[in-house]
Amino acid sequence: MDILGKRKIWYTISLTVIAIGLLFLLINGLNLGIDFNGGTLMEFSFENSVSSEEVRGVLERVEIAEDSKIQQSESAGEHGIIIRAKTLESEEIVTIDNAIRDEFESAEMLRTEMVGPTIGRELRINALLAMIAASIAIVAYISFRFEFRFAAVSIITLMHDVLITIGIFAILGREVNTPFVAALLTIFGYSINDTIVIFDRIRENMKLLHKVPFIEQANSAVVDTLPRSINTSVTTLIAILAIYFFGGASIQTFMLALFIGMFAGTYSSIFVASPLLVTWQERISK
Amino acid sequence: MRYKQKRRIKLIIILAIMAFAAFLYFQHGINLGLDLQGGAHIVLQAQPTEEREINDTVMTGIQSVIERRVNQLGLSEPLIQRQGSDRIIVELPAVDSPNEAIETIGRTAMLTFQNSAGEVLMTGEAVQDARADHDQYGRPVIAFTLTDEGSGQFADITRQYIGEKISINLDNEQLTNPTVQAVIEERGQITGYETIQEAEEDAILIREGALPVPVDVIETRTVGPTLGEISIQKSIRAGLLGLLLVAIYMVFYYRFPGVLAAVILAIYGLILMGTMAGLQATLTLPGIAGLILSIGMAVDANIIIFERIKDELKSGKTLRAAIDAGFKRAYTTIVDANVTTVMTALILAYFTSGTVRGFAVTLGIGIIVSMFTAFFVTRNVIDIFAGSKLLRENKSFGVRKG
Repeated sequence: MDILGKRKIWYTISLTVIAIGLLFLLINGLNLGIDFNGGTLMEFSFENSVSSEEVRGVLERVEIAEDSKIQQSESAGEHGIIIRAKTLESEEIVTIDNAIRDEFESAEMLRTEMVGPTIGRELRINALLAMIAASIAIVAYISFRFEFRFAAVSIITLMHDVLITIGIFAILGREVNTPFVAALLTIFGYSINDTIVIFDRIRENMKLLHKVPFIEQANSAVVDTLPRSINTSVTTLIAILAIYFFGGASIQTFMLALFIGMFAGTYSSIFVASPLLVTWQERISK
Repeated sequence: MRYKQKRRIKLIIILAIMAFAAFLYFQHGINLGLDLQGGAHIVLQAQPTEEREINDTVMTGIQSVIERRVNQLGLSEPLIQRQGSDRIIVELPAVDSPNEAIETIGRTAMLTFQNSAGEVLMTGEAVQDARADHDQYGRPVIAFTLTDEGSGQFADITRQYIGEKISINLDNEQLTNPTVQAVIEERGQITGYETIQEAEEDAILIREGALPVPVDVIETRTVGPTLGEISIQKSIRAGLLGLLLVAIYMVFYYRFPGVLAAVILAIYGLILMGTMAGLQATLTLPGIAGLILSIGMAVDANIIIFERIKDELKSGKTLRAAIDAGFKRAYTTIVDANVTTVMTALILAYFTSGTVRGFAVTLGIGIIVSMFTAFFVTRNVIDIFAGSKLLRENKSFGVRKG
């Protein structure tokens, strides 16, 4: 099986997906949730269906956050609504909480989240810092255990996976909150794990098959580890899909991000990382 | 005979580890995060004023006020801790009306003593204690005590303002506006209350509301008990389903070794739960995802080992030799691959807080336990069965006769 010989095809597929994602990112941007922008979110469940207008009526009566976005939700498997408002004071939240529970007898407060603007800015900075720190640590470790070019390629592969995940979220317009950041960092860890298993085999082949050209050493490494790559991603993706469909609404976005990222991670470890090493090698020998 | 003895010892060690993990789990249980058991998470930030900067003393003062307010709620196991230089995090598990609790705790109460022109003469920090009482005529009053520093300060103030009014304010709200009738040093009384209840209400505010600087509530997250319950049930069901599907896939692909892998996974799950319980780590909703992800990693370690053994078998080695060589070669791969993931988990834990940190910690613990399981449990389980017919069959590990 000649995987690395067709590397131009793989690069084209990756670049196309990334380009479309970036295009959507530039036009629509990411749908940033309250964790990034600040704001208040309240979710209630009811025994019977309650319309957004009825809820808005209550907000208008207490004269708080009348311009909120009110949506139906299914977190609790019952009739639920989500109120999204600007950052509110604790007293205002209590007033809404009480007013809704007074108005609708079966109402139950499921969750309330209030995030001030400072927190959102910190989250953005910390997410970025965490990624930079993780990248540096990974480059250092791989340079130490392998060679610098393996480290450089790993980082490009990571960027690839993160860009695809962010891009697809931009295309889907799904709301992005703190768990999305955690998912991105998990993808970091997982994708590097996947890539290293193949690099490890390349490193081994460089010793065992030192007479054959690098592209063949790398190709046989990719092909030999293919069963492992496929089995591992199938088992992990099965677990992720199980949680996505049955784990409840609260972690769906998180699982979706993981699914996209892990998928991209498996793809990139096979079709991007080792091909890039070969391209790198060719450029140097020219 | 020697081989059988060794096998027995290995089996006993694995069983002992499992028993210990089960013991830890039943002894300590798993700490559930607020998103799973319901509760409130509050982040408060101290705001510097013109007169006062935020420093350690100020923060200690704020923390003790917040602690007193929390204790008044009478909850079990509240958690109050400092974060960074100017923040306090309060976690209230299983509180009935979380939003109201937050309002009580986060009240931006700053107590000031002001003259009639509205100038601040003294802050609530000078107050040591304030209680409702009756004076010698049986009238309801607030009896208050000042700190050593406050005594000197208040003596000067009352000397200057004798016969005039000094108001006591909580933020912008005037609690009472008594006239200074004498020079007060350490102890004093505030009269003018109709009932002892009224005096008591103000006394609490004067006593408990003595924050040295204003405090802002910058983040709150509350989860009602219903949602927590639903989340636990759903995620456990989803997790078990995921595990089952993974096990079926492994058995289908690797045959008997796949069955072993499924058993090893169950053992891994048990050791992981025991470790989580032993370390008193907190399980959050993203944490459950982290657990399931680490299960994926644990399966991966087994897959890497099995594939290596398969390669060795294909090259014509005997089963024993193939197992030895396979483990040896899988060892570096698994370590290199997992070290980077553990590093990412550590970095994530360092830069985040709350539920995401719970995720990072769980993932980190999960991977470390999975490495232990791969190198110790998988190795020994495979060794135990290496003599059995089940593993000797050529089809095992999915090797096709070529």
